Amino acid sequence: MKSLKIFGAVLVATALYVGCKNDVVSEHKTFPALEPINLDTNAGNWKPILLSKPDEIAIATPISATSPDYKLELLEIKSRQNQITEAERENMNYWSAGVVLRWNEIMRELVAKYNLPPYQNPDGTYPIPSANNPLAYPFFPFANPPYAARAYAYMSGAQYDALVAAYHYKSKFRRPRPAKTDPSIKQLIPMTSDFVYPCEEAVAAGASAAILTLMFPGEQEYIQTKLNDCNSARILAGGNTRSDIDAGVGLGKAVAAKFIARARTDGAGKAVGTPADWKFLKDRTEARGETAWLSQETPQRPPMLPMFGKVMSFLMDTTEVVNSRPGPPPSTQSAEFKKELEEVLWFSQHPDRDRMKIVHFWSDGAGTYAPPGHWNDIACEDFVKQRWSEVRWARNLALLNASMFTAAVCCWDAKYYYYNPRPSQMHADCKTLTGLPNFPAFTSGHSTFSGAAAKFLSHVVPSQSSKYMSMADEASKSRLWGALHYRSDIEVGMTMGIAIGGKAIERAKTDGAE
Amino acid sequence: MNYFKSLCLTPLLILGVSHSKAQTDMDGLMMAKRNLCGGIMVGQTQWDHYWEGTLYRDNKNIGTFTSQMAMAMANYGVSDKFNIIASAPYIKNQTSAGTLRGQQGLQDGSLTAKWEFFGKGYKHAYVSLLALGSVSAPLTNYVADYLPLAIGMQSKTASGKLMIDIQRNRWFATASTQYTQRGNVTIDREAYYTTEMIYSHLVAMPSVLSSNVRFGYRKNAELIIEAVYDRMNTLGGFDIRRNDMPFLSNNMEASRIGLNWKLPVPKLNGLSWLGNATTTIMGRNMGQSHMVMTGLVYQGEFKSKNTPKS
Repeated sequence: MKSLKIFGAVLVATALYVGCKNDVVSEHKTFPALEPINLDTNAGNWKPILLSKPDEIAIATPISATSPDYKLELLEIKSRQNQITEAERENMNYWSAGVVLRWNEIMRELVAKYNLPPYQNPDGTYPIPSANNPLAYPFFPFANPPYAARAYAYMSGAQYDALVAAYHYKSKFRRPRPAKTDPSIKQLIPMTSDFVYPCEEAVAAGASAAILTLMFPGEQEYIQTKLNDCNSARILAGGNTRSDIDAGVGLGKAVAAKFIARARTDGAGKAVGTPADWKFLKDRTEARGETAWLSQETPQRPPMLPMFGKVMSFLMDTTEVVNSRPGPPPSTQSAEFKKELEEVLWFSQHPDRDRMKIVHFWSDGAGTYAPPGHWNDIACEDFVKQRWSEVRWARNLALLNASMFTAAVCCWDAKYYYYNPRPSQMHADCKTLTGLPNFPAFTSGHSTFSGAAAKFLSHVVPSQSSKYMSMADEASKSRLWGALHYRSDIEVGMTMGIAIGGKAIERAKTDGAE
Repeated sequence: MNYFKSLCLTPLLILGVSHSKAQTDMDGLMMAKRNLCGGIMVGQTQWDHYWEGTLYRDNKNIGTFTSQMAMAMANYGVSDKFNIIASAPYIKNQTSAGTLRGQQGLQDGSLTAKWEFFGKGYKHAYVSLLALGSVSAPLTNYVADYLPLAIGMQSKTASGKLMIDIQRNRWFATASTQYTQRGNVTIDREAYYTTEMIYSHLVAMPSVLSSNVRFGYRKNAELIIEAVYDRMNTLGGFDIRRNDMPFLSNNMEASRIGLNWKLPVPKLNGLSWLGNATTTIMGRNMGQSHMVMTGLVYQGEFKSKNTPKS
């Protein structure tokens, strides 16, 4: 039976070849528990973003550690710890990596879930998602890059302000950890602070959940589940009692309410514009003698958030945005433009695999957490290694996201002021190597976001500065190599982004955290 | 010796929304010992509708998707009961609308061992049972995470197949079922969303179950005309979301019907003309492919001093 032997050998070889099929595990699930090197106990004195002062929002004085009610709260921890399940332990370990980190990841996930352009109506027009009806198609929101940049900035900002307030009250009330009052309580994960009222994790969670609910109103059940999981982990870990958590969630939500009130009036609600606005942009560009941007989608989709340049960001007001607007890109009639178009065409027609890898690494298009989400991802992976306190995590993400929100506003202002065409509009064979965004070219969003993010990150993690700047350079070039942008889009975008990152650094130097 | 030895296999090209996979292991025939058959097939697949999950739709930013293929294949008879089959396709994909650049290149090479472990002539019929084991691997570092234009999935695969073939006079029927395990795919991105966010360069690929039924007429293994029904589905995977792009680990299904033929080329001994036409009747997260292929194969025998001609 020679055949049988050979066939058997083939089967064995086959099994070895594919190997034991490994499940793909999301790498972030294994982040270590947060053990801050510095507890930043003075963070109650840091300068908040929207709060006028750390104690602007009052919270109740905690009940005494010797009161019967508090003893009941301690009992809750002990009874939970006595019957801990594997799922509870897993949940506790997950949140132990840091709640500011985990809520940032939750927002990234929701951005990716909602970052899909709506399908057209039968008549060739496009429906606009409505916050009042988020569950009906088209689902609200379309979490495109400007929407995402703004959402990350509000959540990180609210987390930061809420934690500044929390640190103020923790130092004021000085309620010790449950295990100090009752030594039979186990501390199942590393503790991130000495004083626990209000629970800082619950503060960050309450603020995050409130902003997420505003930004993703169709996800309330999911958000509430995460909030419960986060708080449950604190009790199980022996870190906090019920009253620490209730006060924390309440404070977090109250601080978030300030951010929500601002978000409702920051102009984002009008960023979609009207058909008259869209026509005005085109007419204005043509009146200058330039070729105006045209959607390359079929049917033609209205431009993405053309009024986003008028949204109030955190680092620059509208006048500053206009004053800092870059000069015009090369005229579509000019020899310089022709030369830049030819360069894009060359990259389009010579798609080398190494460049494609970079194009796709940075594509961050539909269905992803968007370029600001990618920079949050990059930042968080490094922040984990820094072992910062929760409040420093929040502060650095708040300024990172404030800079990218401002980058979105400035970039969108330039895009819609100049309204210039994409390379694929100007040359039929300028095919792209990843999805073409539905908005004008100048300046490149990727370059502006990346310049701002890399500049700011270089300030807070200086050891990684050269890595961040070279990543930003790569992100920027990926848009030229992918045939989505001209060289002037990416170069000017990068310069703008770096300047905006500098604004965040200026603020960082004066907020009391350095 | 039964008379359907020494036959070149009829390849069937299976095309998804995105990818082409050549199969040359679908029929119940064996090559005789020391016989080698080699050939080239060329073909084209098109679709202008696809299933987004179970929603049947078109996409004006894709227009018509076209995949062209040229495939080299060879089948060698190690013995009358044991054959080795190899193939390697070159693929070129493009769309008639939208801005995305088409892709082309050498896709996945596959190697199959085919073993007729049972064969018996009854009063009115000859029945054979076959077992096939197959591996495939990408031959180039093409981009996979670029559906529907990617030329393949960039996944190593291993398959096992059982087949029964029954022949009565010149009429035959063949049925087979196959399980394919697919290795993880490494993509250029460091995070992606399926039904949750996954932070990894790796994509877990669901396994594939496929079955194939064919019947028709064959004469001395030189002339074959057969009708084919083919069905494949992944075991797991997720649906494309509304108006999203397809992804590697989607839940893919397809049911196809087709016609295959093999005809001798007159006056040229050993040369045959192959062809097939296949259409997709039902699918999920795949294009509704319509495919035609044609090719020439030459079959000859290795001469050996030690072995007399069979």
